[in-house]
Amino acid sequence: MIFEHDVLVIGAGMAGLRSAIEANRAGADVAILTKVYPVRSHTNAAQGGINAALGEGDSWESHAYDTVKGSDFLGDQDAIEILAQEAPSDIIELEHMGVIFNRDEEGRLGSRNFGGATHARTYFVADITGQAMLHVGYEQILKYKIPCYNEFFATSLILEGGEAKGCLAIELRTGEMHMVKAKAVIMCTGGVGRAFEPSTNALICTGDGMALAYQAGAPLMDMEMVQYHPTTLPSNGALLTEGARGEGAYLINSLGERFMQKYAPNMLELASRDVVSRSEQTEINEGRGINGCVLLDCRHLGEQVIRTKLSQIYDLAKDFSGIDLVKEPVPIRPGMHYIMGGIKTDVNGRTMLPGLFAAGETACISLHGGNRLGANSLLELVVFGRRAGAAAAEHAARSQHSGAGEKRLKQDDDTIRELLGREDKGEHAGPLRMELGRTMHENVGVYRTAEGLTKAIGLVAQLKERYRRISVGDKGQVFNTNLTAALELGNMLDVSEAICRGSLMREESRGAQFRLDFPDRNDEQWLKHTLAYKDGDSVRMDTLPVKITRWEPVKRTY
Amino acid sequence: MDVNLRVQRYDPAGDRKPYYEEYLLTGQPEGVTVLDALIEVRENVDETLGMRCSCRSSICGSCAMRINGQATLACKTRVSSVAQPDGSVTVEPMGNMPVLKDLVVDFEIFWNKINDIGPWLKTEGPVPEREYIVDNEKMLNLIGTVGCIMCGACVSDCTVLAADPDFLGPAALAKAYRFVGDPRDAHREERLADYVKDGGIWDCTHCYYCVEVCPKGVAPMEWILELRREAEAAGHTNHNGVRHSKVFAESVKEAGWLDEAKLAMESMGSLKEKLSLVPVGLRSLLHGKMPPTGPLHYKRPGADHVKRIFEELEAKE
Ligand SMILES: Cc1cc2nc3c(=O)[nH]c(=O)nc-3n(C[C@H](O)[C@H](O)[C@H](O)COP(=O)(O)OP(=O)(O)OC[C@H]3O[C@@H](n4cnc5c(N)ncnc54)[C@H](O)[C@@H]3O)c2cc1C
Ligand code: SF4
Ligand code: SF4
Ligand code: FES
Repeated sequence: MIFEHDVLVIGAGMAGLRSAIEANRAGADVAILTKVYPVRSHTNAAQGGINAALGEGDSWESHAYDTVKGSDFLGDQDAIEILAQEAPSDIIELEHMGVIFNRDEEGRLGSRNFGGATHARTYFVADITGQAMLHVGYEQILKYKIPCYNEFFATSLILEGGEAKGCLAIELRTGEMHMVKAKAVIMCTGGVGRAFEPSTNALICTGDGMALAYQAGAPLMDMEMVQYHPTTLPSNGALLTEGARGEGAYLINSLGERFMQKYAPNMLELASRDVVSRSEQTEINEGRGINGCVLLDCRHLGEQVIRTKLSQIYDLAKDFSGIDLVKEPVPIRPGMHYIMGGIKTDVNGRTMLPGLFAAGETACISLHGGNRLGANSLLELVVFGRRAGAAAAEHAARSQHSGAGEKRLKQDDDTIRELLGREDKGEHAGPLRMELGRTMHENVGVYRTAEGLTKAIGLVAQLKERYRRISVGDKGQVFNTNLTAALELGNMLDVSEAICRGSLMREESRGAQFRLDFPDRNDEQWLKHTLAYKDGDSVRMDTLPVKITRWEPVKRTY
Repeated sequence: MDVNLRVQRYDPAGDRKPYYEEYLLTGQPEGVTVLDALIEVRENVDETLGMRCSCRSSICGSCAMRINGQATLACKTRVSSVAQPDGSVTVEPMGNMPVLKDLVVDFEIFWNKINDIGPWLKTEGPVPEREYIVDNEKMLNLIGTVGCIMCGACVSDCTVLAADPDFLGPAALAKAYRFVGDPRDAHREERLADYVKDGGIWDCTHCYYCVEVCPKGVAPMEWILELRREAEAAGHTNHNGVRHSKVFAESVKEAGWLDEAKLAMESMGSLKEKLSLVPVGLRSLLHGKMPPTGPLHYKRPGADHVKRIFEELEAKE
């Protein structure tokens, strides 16, 4: 079928929901298309909270500077200023919509401390902030009766006269291909964690939107900036929050040494994420790990503290590693967690492809630069989701629908039929994805070198070659997740290539990128963003200067 | 460890009815979850297996299914904790929702029920410049319902829903309390008036299943009971459900056990409803199943003790 809307939002995480609410407010006919039901989106996973300089004695300048410094001076300062200035009113608005934020004794919003911040400016709902926000976002969609194409998988963008004009999508329930025409499209498809193994990300985080935009000609920016979280479980990559180390848990190696004393004698286990992850990896690489892990030891905190303050972590260790934290330390390792890079946008969500907007983890404005501060991502979703929604509605008001019809629809449908009809040539999505994940983790993980990156580029190219021969065992129409897994893998391969190329190009160490062959930050040459364009079967790289408004780069020490 | 999965399969295109397929996985890690095992099957053994899953950490609500007959999250369930003595684990789709394919059920039913309770905050009056000032205790109390991840496990196993698809069901009613109990919501009265209607709070039979299966400790039934208390306090007493619980308590208090026939009769509000019970009563009588009622409803030994319990509880209130 062919549907038409003024604005189409692809993705129903908080970025997508917030942008849809705003486009609706601006009077546009907006619809949401999402491959999972809105409340299943990965925004759920955020536990810690959301930042805003709302409290007395705090200022937007302070929030902005913490963010600039956290980004290792790669964040664009004009965008960061907007983020910090608009944060307070956006949090208040969330509260008005219904989010049950924790309060202080007077019944006002209560905040907590978070890594890298100079004030207690993180607002939260117990340890389910993301879930609480996402569900309220969904309530607003129901309230305003914004149509949702639920369990529709976007396969490509409609391009006409160099503009984005909607998308093609498979309805999972029926297997049918549909076309949704729109005068403006907002990409809100989240991150790409599944290109790495292990990762804290959900199985749906496959970078589809980045790939679709990239394939349509929009550049990806700073893709090398991939954040590793220091404490993830080896079995499934589940994340144990910083809370454990906040309460005083130790990190120990196979010899029982508290190894952070070597690497960060002052901050110890509470040094910044990139530092702790790198230290753990060094221990593992030098043979003082246990099956590729080090240990998180909570025993000395006592049963009382573990059971009450760390109950979530206690459950995770128990459920997924079968370990009782009261009695035993739990093996953990650094795991891929977040991508700072994404589809390049301006401060209103405009990508370099007219008609296409982006917001959320899939976009790169750039706010987080080389390293994202905790609790700034949820904030980005609401501030820049809102701005993208308004800008897209405005664009749609001045724009026409595409003339594309059945012919264009048949194009994607044929691709899918061909894929489904292929005979088995021995290549399948599951094993190929695992190989991709391991390749990226080993060579484009915590420590990188030109040698490793070149190897990764070769391996990804080989995987792409093998991907051409992939077949799908499930030939059915209804809920064919084998088919979507194959499409997702194709997307991740494109995005991974851009990640490797960005990392090889950036010959310095900054934020999350640590090059053993270029261990220092190089402000003279690399106060720049990397841009990756898809150029036929290869990648064209470019750079763009960082926008500096008021804070000159200084050495980053904590 | 070895994992032996017995999975209910159904392909709407080819199968007339569901059947079971066994998958034997060897050398799985000790902590393997049912979801890990299913993913292993889907990625490396049988690509046609259909299921929903995403977060792998019991927060997205995608992976609810019946494991050994009871609805729960596959990602939260370790194989070692549920395997039968012969090492097998039976995995089936959830109940009360039609199966689309294998473990995938039609969730529209679930979302429609959520939508039916008016699931958004309805404030009135001028919007404050800053946040609404409200008591933290009241907000914290709501976390219990806000913690619902909409996985559908409670809806799957609710005994009333199995008999009456029009019942709003545990998840939607737990969500209803989230607004009734929110001091910022200005539509409490209308909400309560709505929730006491047929298919609402009085249709739950306290079978406790939703409390037992909920993987997030939401305990929907407790919120339903809370809604009943609020509804009664708000004057919604002209309802069979309210009469039912009153007669129930009085009967037990006086005689130490329940006068079932009286309970049925006095729960009904109108003469018409009372008359509708006559045929049932006659049939029970004919089959010798009529419980002793009225003057025949004798006091059980120990009834005085029961009465004292009631009185003590009432004094506390
Ligand atoms: C474990 C964990 C903890 C975190 N904690 C915090 C925290 O405390 N504070 C913080 O600020 N941030 C935190 N983050 C980061 C933050 O949660 C994410 O960056 C953010 O939620 C991403 O939101 P989003 O709206 O961009 O995308 P998502 O919520 O990931 O949503 C993506 C949407 O896109 C849709 N989609 C994707 N592909 C397609 C397709 N092909 N077709 C149709 N639809 C598609 C999906 O269906 C989904 O609805 C955490 C992340 C993780 C992994
Ligand atoms: S207690 Fe009530 S709502 Fe819960 S499962 Fe039983 S009948 Fe359904
Ligand atoms: S109440 Fe519990 S079982 Fe029911 S949908 Fe919510 S989380 Fe799932
Ligand atoms: S996969 Fe998300 S709840 Fe199980």
